[in-house]
Amino acid sequence: MSSNLGSMPLRYRVTIDREQCMECERCINNCSYGVFRRDGDRILINSRKCTACHRCLAYCPRDAIMLEEQPCDYRSHPVWTRATREAIYNQARTGKIILAGMGSVANLPVIFDHLMLDACQVTTPPTDPLREPVELRTYLGKKPSHLDLCRNSNGDVELATELAPNLMLETPVMLGHMSYGAISLNAQVSMARAAKETGTYMGTGEGGLHAGLYPYQDRMIVQVASGRFGVNIDYLERGAAIEIKLGQGAKPGIGGHLTGEKVSKDVSRTRMIPEGSDAISPAPHHDIYGIEDLSQLVRAIKEATEWKKPVFAKVAAVNNTAENVAAVARSSVDAVVIDGFRGGTGAAPRVFRDHVGIPIEVAVASADRELRRQGLRNEVSLIACGSIRESADVVKAIALGADAVYIGTAALAAMGCRVCGNCYQGLCPWGIATQRPDLVERLDPDVASKQVANLIHAWTLEITELMGAAGINSIESLRGNRDRLRGYMLDENMLNVLDVEPVGA
Amino acid sequence: MMAKQVTIDAKGMHYTPLNQQIRKAVEDGADEVVVQNVLGQRFIGDGLRGNATIHVYGVAGGDLAMFMSGPTVIVHGNAEHAPGNTMDSGKVVIHGSAGDAVAHSMRGGKVFVRGNIGYRGGIHMKQYEAQRPILVVGGSARTFLGEYMAGGLLVVLGLDGAMDARGIGSGIHGGEIIIRGNVDDACLAAGAKKVPLTDEDRKRIAPVIREFAGDFGLDPEPLLNADYTRIVPASARPFAGKYTWE
Repeated sequence: MSSNLGSMPLRYRVTIDREQCMECERCINNCSYGVFRRDGDRILINSRKCTACHRCLAYCPRDAIMLEEQPCDYRSHPVWTRATREAIYNQARTGKIILAGMGSVANLPVIFDHLMLDACQVTTPPTDPLREPVELRTYLGKKPSHLDLCRNSNGDVELATELAPNLMLETPVMLGHMSYGAISLNAQVSMARAAKETGTYMGTGEGGLHAGLYPYQDRMIVQVASGRFGVNIDYLERGAAIEIKLGQGAKPGIGGHLTGEKVSKDVSRTRMIPEGSDAISPAPHHDIYGIEDLSQLVRAIKEATEWKKPVFAKVAAVNNTAENVAAVARSSVDAVVIDGFRGGTGAAPRVFRDHVGIPIEVAVASADRELRRQGLRNEVSLIACGSIRESADVVKAIALGADAVYIGTAALAAMGCRVCGNCYQGLCPWGIATQRPDLVERLDPDVASKQVANLIHAWTLEITELMGAAGINSIESLRGNRDRLRGYMLDENMLNVLDVEPVGA
Repeated sequence: MMAKQVTIDAKGMHYTPLNQQIRKAVEDGADEVVVQNVLGQRFIGDGLRGNATIHVYGVAGGDLAMFMSGPTVIVHGNAEHAPGNTMDSGKVVIHGSAGDAVAHSMRGGKVFVRGNIGYRGGIHMKQYEAQRPILVVGGSARTFLGEYMAGGLLVVLGLDGAMDARGIGSGIHGGEIIIRGNVDDACLAAGAKKVPLTDEDRKRIAPVIREFAGDFGLDPEPLLNADYTRIVPASARPFAGKYTWE
């Protein structure tokens, strides 16, 4: 398409230290974007193709490659930033909606970073996790509002209340829903093995369940989204739990769209759609046009699976999340997942990614409070997700009222992802967000599963230490325990919403 | 060998024990399950497998035969919304009318409705390899017929008068909608287009019409020779031109 805009300034500039370079061509072989090529006795560089995925740097044996972001300045301007100007140039050229990969890049304060955790000193002694157990085992699902007991013929007291099915997690960290198609099968298998090894669960995303994951199906939470891709009775029965996706933090209020280019033969088989066809997930479920219909879908799924499996529902964090969650909690679901506005995605309209939704910290705190106010907190577990970056975020999310978290980007990073945000190109040199066989092969599930398991293990250790330091010996005592949080540089309104005291109080 | 028949009286029964009894009957080898006195119980045949035939007498509740894989459900009465929802294979025959979102996301099998259907009929029907769902409506359908349709065949016969649905095929990107008689252009949604029904198409739908007529005791001949309007996607990639990358 013709325009008078010419080329945009380079996003990245790649240079090679020719003194260091031994011309081994690993950069050429590793870069799937085509930055490097050999021309005679020289390796040439096309920086315009670079995505800052770091694959070349990571595999250069001589540290000869250097990368610089935004090597060309615009006239600095606080309003007309580089991003706003470049979006205008893009849309002036194309007239289209801008899509972008991964989570929000809006430079807004992260509330987690303004919440400080508590520790014991002399009035209460800390617990040493080496000496005393600190229990992280978490059960997700409905808890009875009260217990009925009865005496059996031997005179022993037994539980008469029928318990709803729960998922048992050894650590409150789960692996979030990233579909086959958005990511590679090797990436999914790596995470599934890690989930099995660490005693947690993993989401399938809306892409069906590939046969390669059947060995881990008792660790899989299978998703039912509006497109119903890959959903049949076998799929529902294989999962340990079933999650209805109502919304997504990266793009609240809109559906999903896997482009035909990504629907390879294998992806088509798993999603049960024709090869090369667009997979369009509408914004609403077309059997849910009101909150009472959600109850019907939840019960339809429970009825199909004979009430043996927990059913979750995921909503994006938006203005009235607390009311949404309370409504969902009355629909027979066993857990509600809240996805904050920083949640990741393979592709979302930039305008949604950066402007729609609310932070997970606020959403989970207000939902927890509303559920308690309505006497519904035992009816559902709360799962927080959307930019859980480290173990401290997990602890803070739980103290704000979550039962567990999902991680997405963090798990991808554990497998090599550098958060370059070019997932949509389908050329991920790390073998994660791609279906190209030679690239997928680069991700060895034997190695990557260990890395993901290591991350979960390391976070679990850190959570244990943080809890021990606070004198908390079980995760139940941390849940919703806002007294162990203090707000640092948060305004009074925000503290009220979070129901957290300021530092020093 | 005699076909094994089991009769269940659903009067006043909640849907969960009702489905448990149906499942048990099918597991125990029943070829035919007759369910009497159905009054709005939802989820009948939900997730059911096998190849038994379930006769439902009364009004079936919502999500009849949802996720079903194999059996045949015959409703001697009306059905509430979304019969055949996300159905994989098998057949649903409804002698009366049905509510909204009939055959929602159906991937395979057949849903035949003798009477009318509500809004959003055949919404997001899809197909995959040998699985190609078929929805045939004897009467009329309401607005947003075949919305988001991604595959399969949807036929409306208009036996009781012409259809007045608008917004037909909004967002359709696969499959075909065939309506007896003429359809005004103004009734088509953006993304759908009319094409002539070719002799090949007519041959293709003939067995479907014969089967439908057979199930409801109708004479197929006038239907086979009638005029039809065929509606297909204007594009297989309705959103392809909407986006650019950051």
